[in-house]
Amino acid sequence: MSILKPDFIKPVGLGAVIFAALAFLPNFVDNYYMSLAISVVSFAVLATAWSMFSGPTRYISLATVVFFGIGAYTVAVLGEHMAFPLVLICAALAGTVIAVLVGFSTLRLAGVYFVIFTFGLTELVRQVVSWYEVNVTREMGRYVFLDITQNDIYWQLLALFAILLLTGFILARSRLGFALRIIGEDETVAKHCGIDVTRVKVALFVLSAVFMTLTGAIMAPRWTYIDPVIAFNPMLSFQVVIMALLGGPRRLLGPLLGVIPLTLLFEVLTASFPNHFSILLGCVFMVIVYLLPGGVIGLYEKYRAPKKRTLSPPDGNNTTPKSEEKAA
Amino acid sequence: MLSYAIFSGITLGGMYALVAMGLTLQYGVSRIMNLAYGELVIVASFIAFIFMTTLGINPIVGLLIIIPLSFALNWIIYRILLTPLVARAKNRGMLEVDSILATFGLLFIVQGVLLVWFGGNYYSYDFMNGAVNVFGAAIAANRLVALGFAIVIGLGFYLILTKTRIGTALRAVAVDPTSARLVAIDVNFASCFAFALGGAMAAVGGVLVSMFLTFSTSMGVVFTMKALIVVIMGGVGNLLGALIAGLILGVAESLVATYVDPGLTIAVTYVIFLLVLLIKPSGLFGRASS
Repeated sequence: MSILKPDFIKPVGLGAVIFAALAFLPNFVDNYYMSLAISVVSFAVLATAWSMFSGPTRYISLATVVFFGIGAYTVAVLGEHMAFPLVLICAALAGTVIAVLVGFSTLRLAGVYFVIFTFGLTELVRQVVSWYEVNVTREMGRYVFLDITQNDIYWQLLALFAILLLTGFILARSRLGFALRIIGEDETVAKHCGIDVTRVKVALFVLSAVFMTLTGAIMAPRWTYIDPVIAFNPMLSFQVVIMALLGGPRRLLGPLLGVIPLTLLFEVLTASFPNHFSILLGCVFMVIVYLLPGGVIGLYEKYRAPKKRTLSPPDGNNTTPKSEEKAA
Repeated sequence: MLSYAIFSGITLGGMYALVAMGLTLQYGVSRIMNLAYGELVIVASFIAFIFMTTLGINPIVGLLIIIPLSFALNWIIYRILLTPLVARAKNRGMLEVDSILATFGLLFIVQGVLLVWFGGNYYSYDFMNGAVNVFGAAIAANRLVALGFAIVIGLGFYLILTKTRIGTALRAVAVDPTSARLVAIDVNFASCFAFALGGAMAAVGGVLVSMFLTFSTSMGVVFTMKALIVVIMGGVGNLLGALIAGLILGVAESLVATYVDPGLTIAVTYVIFLLVLLIKPSGLFGRASS
């Protein structure tokens, strides 16, 4: 990979211009739209980070909120004792440790074990944090009073998103990204190519978890009060999966296509049907799973003029051997 | 104290085993990883609650209505929601991913409906609350009844699978769906039947659990989680494995709840799960994966 090639400079330069322009958004819009913009950018980071791991490997992680909540809690605990950048570093470290533990215990195995593990992980972490707060610190819920404005949060998230996209962009052109794509296509082949499959998966999982943790940490000052039920709300994991799937998790910018419409939709739904939010969300999700299995990007690729290289089979044809092992 | 903890662990474990047997059937035969499974357990608990409190039907009689009802409901779920996924899946891995996603959506729909109707509070009802003395420990009669029914129904279920024609067909599909077709087994029918039967087991578990535990709309996830762990621990498709794994989980939880802290039961579940994953991911009685 050469940094000076035009196919690298052009998209990165374009991205830099767009992000620089977005940074001036607070000068033009009022508070309501700023808070909407924060939602969009935070979901964009979460969904893109989710797709970075789950897109190529097809390991569905249902534990986004675990890392998000860990980040938020780190800020709640350490926020008043350290400078904010240090707190962010601590949050990233905490996320890394958890992700390494989860990764090494589940990613050696078939994908379904990972899904099950992440499915219950939110419940586990929430109960353990609650138990700790009740029995050890003896205070349920914490206040986050930090001198951080809404605009600061917005800029931090924007910067995080820019870093994430750049990471994803470089990753796709690196050996690690290549290894990951081979694993996604066929894990057995990847093993025969000499790829340390588990290590690659864990590395990617940790990377994606760090971005999720940082999002939680950056978003924490927005709440002022957090407790385990708020910080570890499984709905968030669900929303992120929906967004990533609607956009199409197999492309870097795919999730963004899901994030923008769905964040707006959630905004409308929470305002108009607060009690029926989860039902409606479930329905939206079903529609996506049944009608748009490849996401918006998949749809676009399907109906685009056929490519000249038609030798490679379409996307769905690759076998995923992860669960085949258990079929025996 | 100890005998009480162990006995209540066995009752709880019996419920886990019963619920997990249904899940192992859905996953082993129909190849559907059903994340909404625990929601069906909770729905049955709430139906039993309504039967008892507003209609005055006791849960045992309620079972006679709830079992066929849940069988039919799960049959419909499979036919309407899951058949399209089965048809479009090109291999087992894709079906797994699709079914995880679809049932994940279903989970939120069911949970949302329950939340609208019942809110977030804990529910329970009085049914056979008198104490019975068992080995020096005072045990509520409803626990004994629940355990008794779990044993009878679990045994009946085991006999259906091992002694009847349809049971043999189900086991054949679990081993190899492609070869099962060669010996004239209707795989689609068998999958649908297994899914419905599994769902009925979930409902039985839900009714029995509601007799002696308080329950809330958000508990479905915990039931799914525990059932999944029991299934993996016992080995996918292994009924006796599920029974033993369920009992181990129930007793371990009950001991920790009694002697350490009731707030840590899910942590115990996870520690056990981690140990299984690290030591023997194919389950206590599972065959080693290739």
